[in-house]
Amino acid sequence: MDNIITFDKVSKSFGELKVLDQLNLEVKDGEKLALIGPSGSGKTTILRILMTLETIDSGFVSVNNEYLWHEKINDKVVPATDKHLQKMRDQIGMVFQQFNLFPHLTAIENVKQPQILVKKKNESEAKEKAEHLFNMIGLSDKIDHYPHQLSGGQQQRVAIARALAMDPKIMLFDEVTSALDPELVDEVLAVLRKLAADSDTTMLTVTHEMNFAQDFADRVLFFDAGQIVESGSPKDLFSNPREERTKSFLRKFI
Amino acid sequence: MKEVIAFYPILIDGTITTIILTVLSAILALAISFVVGLSRISKFKIVRVLAIIYLEFFRGSSALVQMFFIYFVLPMWGIYFDALTAGVIAIGCNLGAYGSEVVRGGVLAVGKEQHEASLALNYSPYKRYRHVIIPQAIPVMIPTFGNLLIELLKLTAVASLITISDLTFMAHIIRVQTALTLEPFLVILVIYFIIASILVKIVDIIAKKFSRGRNIMIAGEN
Repeated sequence: MDNIITFDKVSKSFGELKVLDQLNLEVKDGEKLALIGPSGSGKTTILRILMTLETIDSGFVSVNNEYLWHEKINDKVVPATDKHLQKMRDQIGMVFQQFNLFPHLTAIENVKQPQILVKKKNESEAKEKAEHLFNMIGLSDKIDHYPHQLSGGQQQRVAIARALAMDPKIMLFDEVTSALDPELVDEVLAVLRKLAADSDTTMLTVTHEMNFAQDFADRVLFFDAGQIVESGSPKDLFSNPREERTKSFLRKFI
Repeated sequence: MKEVIAFYPILIDGTITTIILTVLSAILALAISFVVGLSRISKFKIVRVLAIIYLEFFRGSSALVQMFFIYFVLPMWGIYFDALTAGVIAIGCNLGAYGSEVVRGGVLAVGKEQHEASLALNYSPYKRYRHVIIPQAIPVMIPTFGNLLIELLKLTAVASLITISDLTFMAHIIRVQTALTLEPFLVILVIYFIIASILVKIVDIIAKKFSRGRNIMIAGEN
């Protein structure tokens, strides 16, 4: 399988704080990857760079064999134009910690509008797709509710449906259960588990739910201080961590 | 008082003129508010600078003098406007300057996460503002726009000074004709107040219509 995502010596700082330090990362097409690690270790920044919400300071990011933050013009590599970023963004979807649904639209309008505006679908195609997705997330009875009328878990499921409706090749999940009350976490994770099992979309998730990471991921990356400390199958990494930093991090979750 | 009431036809005319002046100026002011307010957050510096110049000019000089300028000075350079048009331009441009701050504030009040969500869904900047940001900003703007509308109504009174026969103008006529001072001004005071109250009511109705989603509940649910 080819790599769908490559980070080649990518660095990123916020002021004095170096969040990514010469990071190298490869993700295979269809792979389900979980990023774990202490807060502020740069996990979320990786997703935000892929979603083009955050620029990079140096290095190269490739998506589907094309540079993300650069483009080749006459064999010269130059910073990406807005047009290039827009083309690349089309392949990537993201679900946020705070859901970020559009509060002025109903649940189904949230899922339909991007399909119509961006994917140029007509009303009935968009509606059909949305209804199918609401069925999948188990919210067919709530399609006409506004976001504020839904629980956090329900809002997050709608946000997942909204991202899926765009048929991205890569899905990014940024701590999607961190803002939820504990009793609402499971309904969201259940949707994600099912997605991971049924779909060949490449998925990256940043999470603090170790049990979920174990079910969801083909590979788990442990991150600290802007670098990958350790990577391996969930089974290896969780039961036999090699690095001391990984061990001490995982101990907090037992 | 009877003498003043006998002048009701011109009071009605004056009321109609005041309302026309208010409505036309408000439409112009609203359009300017959006153009200038959105220009303030443009990514092009020249657009932002032009918007600031506009804002500071119209906010920083007297509306009455601007009106005199348009009506009395511009004709010296061959640019003629009838009184009503001059009044609408002066009042509209002036309130548009204040309104642009309302638009800017409303748009900036929409959180960064809404921009990020629409970017992640690959909305173009135009679609992001048109379908996501501005619809959420409008409910924030409406109460302040309501206040500005009342300010605008009151500002129309100065248009009588460039011969527009609005309510204030008519009160002067009645005063001259009847030699009464208290009564004509008392009557138009009440009429202004009634118009203002109606405008407040209309703004309330519009606010309800636009608050879709965020605060309202669909009847009969949760």
